Amino acid sequence: MAAIEKRQEMSAFSDALAVLGAALGTILGLYLVAFSPDPVMKFHGALLGGTSVLGALYVLTQLTGHDTAAREFYHDGPIKFAAVAAVFWGIAGFLVGDIIAWQMAFPWLNFDLPWTSFGRLRPLHTSAVIFAFGGNALIATSFYVVQRTCKARLFGRWSPWFVVIGYNLFIVIAGTGYILGVTQSKEYAEPEWYADLWLTVVWVAYLVVFAGTLMKRKEPHIYVANWFYLAFILTIAMLHIDNNLAVPVSFAGTKSYILFSGVQDAMTQWWYGHNAVGFFLTAGFLGMMYYFIPKRAERPVYSYRLSIVHFWSLIFLYIWAGPHHLHYTALPDWAQTLGATFSIMLWMPSWGGMINGLMTLSGAWDKLRTDPVIRMMVVSVAFYGMSTFEGPLMSLKAVNSLSHYTDWTIGHVHSGALGWVGMISFGALYCLFPWLWKRRGLYSMRLVEWHFWLSTIGILLYITAMWVSGILQGLMWRAYDELGFLKYSFVETVDAMHIPYIIRAGGGLLFVIGALIMAYNLWRTVRSEESVDAENQPLVAAAPALRSTFAAAE
Amino acid sequence: MADKKRIDEVTGFETTGHVWDDDLEELNKPLPKWWLYVLYASIIWAIGYWVLYPAWPLASDYTRGYLGYSQRAVVMEQVAAGKAAQAQFRDAIGKAELAEIQNKPDLLNFALAGGKAAFGDNCAPCHGRGAEGSMGYPNLNDDDWIWGGDLAAIERTIRHGIRSADADTRAGDMPKFGTDKLLEPAQIDDVAEHVLSLSGKASDQEAAIRGAAVFAENCTACHGETGKGNLELGAPNLIDGIWLYGTDKTDIVTSIETGRGGVMPPWHTRLDDVTIKQLAVYVHALGGGQ
Repeated sequence: MAAIEKRQEMSAFSDALAVLGAALGTILGLYLVAFSPDPVMKFHGALLGGTSVLGALYVLTQLTGHDTAAREFYHDGPIKFAAVAAVFWGIAGFLVGDIIAWQMAFPWLNFDLPWTSFGRLRPLHTSAVIFAFGGNALIATSFYVVQRTCKARLFGRWSPWFVVIGYNLFIVIAGTGYILGVTQSKEYAEPEWYADLWLTVVWVAYLVVFAGTLMKRKEPHIYVANWFYLAFILTIAMLHIDNNLAVPVSFAGTKSYILFSGVQDAMTQWWYGHNAVGFFLTAGFLGMMYYFIPKRAERPVYSYRLSIVHFWSLIFLYIWAGPHHLHYTALPDWAQTLGATFSIMLWMPSWGGMINGLMTLSGAWDKLRTDPVIRMMVVSVAFYGMSTFEGPLMSLKAVNSLSHYTDWTIGHVHSGALGWVGMISFGALYCLFPWLWKRRGLYSMRLVEWHFWLSTIGILLYITAMWVSGILQGLMWRAYDELGFLKYSFVETVDAMHIPYIIRAGGGLLFVIGALIMAYNLWRTVRSEESVDAENQPLVAAAPALRSTFAAAE
Repeated sequence: MADKKRIDEVTGFETTGHVWDDDLEELNKPLPKWWLYVLYASIIWAIGYWVLYPAWPLASDYTRGYLGYSQRAVVMEQVAAGKAAQAQFRDAIGKAELAEIQNKPDLLNFALAGGKAAFGDNCAPCHGRGAEGSMGYPNLNDDDWIWGGDLAAIERTIRHGIRSADADTRAGDMPKFGTDKLLEPAQIDDVAEHVLSLSGKASDQEAAIRGAAVFAENCTACHGETGKGNLELGAPNLIDGIWLYGTDKTDIVTSIETGRGGVMPPWHTRLDDVTIKQLAVYVHALGGGQ
């Protein structure tokens, strides 16, 4: 009885906290609407205020003691929200990415309007795919995985909801800000100070929920996926706060100035930028891989020892590699050396994840043929292996002097982003939707096949076009004639990129179409009880609680 | 939990005995040998790099490395070597008259190469990669010059620009006949027909005849009685069928209405004398030099 009372008490405390927080958000939002001289800030104040009011109203209808619906053991509502948000933002982000790819080939597509110009859409694309798509996929899967592998319900009553809704509010504030011209002009850290502060609050709540769930776990050991998720959450908090230290011009205005300047600012920026790749796009998604691949393949993780050694070496080495983004700049020689050497040492720690991902399929390789969801995740790990080999290679100064500032870098990023991050997330979403919505399987496995092939071909077109274009560009930039004059002017190099740009945009289009097919498939999975090809889907595609029923029925 | 250890049938390895979420297990496999050795090799390689090159920060200095490498020193050396290799030609071009450069094959060769490179980075954005020009930006390959096509005239245009802020800028100033209401719209229309008729393109002969009178009164002072233009004033030739702002009547009407007044920056504030001379020789050699 005491335990139940204590839970009731905690639950009521959570209600009070949620209402108080929403009230604060409402007041702050109203204040900004009323007193900010900046129309963008008024708009963002209205977003905060509006979301807070809706949140408060909802909490008030669900107060402890009044919610009569029987509570399920796991808290899956916020996970469903984040999973749907990941699909939505994924499509938005891929689409904007493909639009700016076409703009590169045909500049008139900028339409000479500030809101549709490349300069504003590019950060919209990167933030939408990394933070909106990737972030929601990470939040959804981490909340799912940490509950299942800890045998514990998510920590907090309202805080998981605050995390997913607050995070998506951050995305809307950041994205609309870019279009309206609000940016602090730091790559992958474009949101202005007030959006950064909001994200900090949300992120701390995320850490509290995740760590709180780990602390009340019923399992003696912490599963490897959770190490990676926790490293991702902790390190991103540190990076985000340090890189965004800024002084606002006024408390009701959007503009701020970054605390650092010159090469210190550049170094802080790339310490952040590279580790956003390392801890957001690598560690976080390795966490995803470590749950969904063994779970879907129904095989043990290949090597426990490898997972320990590659985890700690990855965490220790990654954080040093940022300076390789600043080779041949004002950054001191010694920092460039450290950046390059730590990147080379990072090669094997990165590949440890690839080995553990691929070799977990030992004894289940036939599933590559029969289960396109497994195939998607395995191909994703293969792209991960390729880009974590290419990365150290490009960090060498000799290679970097050719590749830096060219499309090669763009191709490299996308082999990681589309190939690794995109495909592993698609795989995880294909697993999650039937599991969360209690279905026998996906609506259609055939559509997964289509998605797999469209995106694989799209990625290959993208990467190869960017290799050709990037290496050509680098060689043209450095070509001298016998008298010591540059052989090509900049406009000539731009002209030479035209055909690769078209191929790249075409590849991107295939990727977008694939994602649309996924969205349709997942939507039908949520809407309809029946699959069109249930007989082609493994039992593991079914929601865990229903597997025994289905197994008996079949 | 340790009692959940079992031998995995497929691989023959033991699991660690940890089980999560009903069926998540791990094999107790050793690290792959090749993986470990490559990791060691990369660490040894990095240590070697640190010994040879600047690597670790110290309190007020940093480890300089056995090779004494400095990126700044290398780039200074390369820049100096590049300058030294070009020095004899650049000095000679600096001292020579423009015509002399054309007469000495090695100087001409150098000036054309240097002019081409400088053109690509500075002039091509407006005049086009092949100097073919575009709407509002003259084609430099033909011999239809607005401000003169001999070496000295080209050099002066590059140096001081056109309608720029420079004190010695070229400064033709065609009136805005429409904007400033110097002519009625009907008169402008007639003049446009007349101007088209000068290169045999008029479609309305009566309007062209009416326009001739307006032309004689307003345009001949600069463009000449026959419309052949005037290089001194930068008044374009109107009878050669080459148009800077388009060949349609509406384009010509707009030119008369607004006076256009295209601008070219003065380049002597951005480029050195030797580069400007090379550019003049290069542009002169494109085909239209006089």
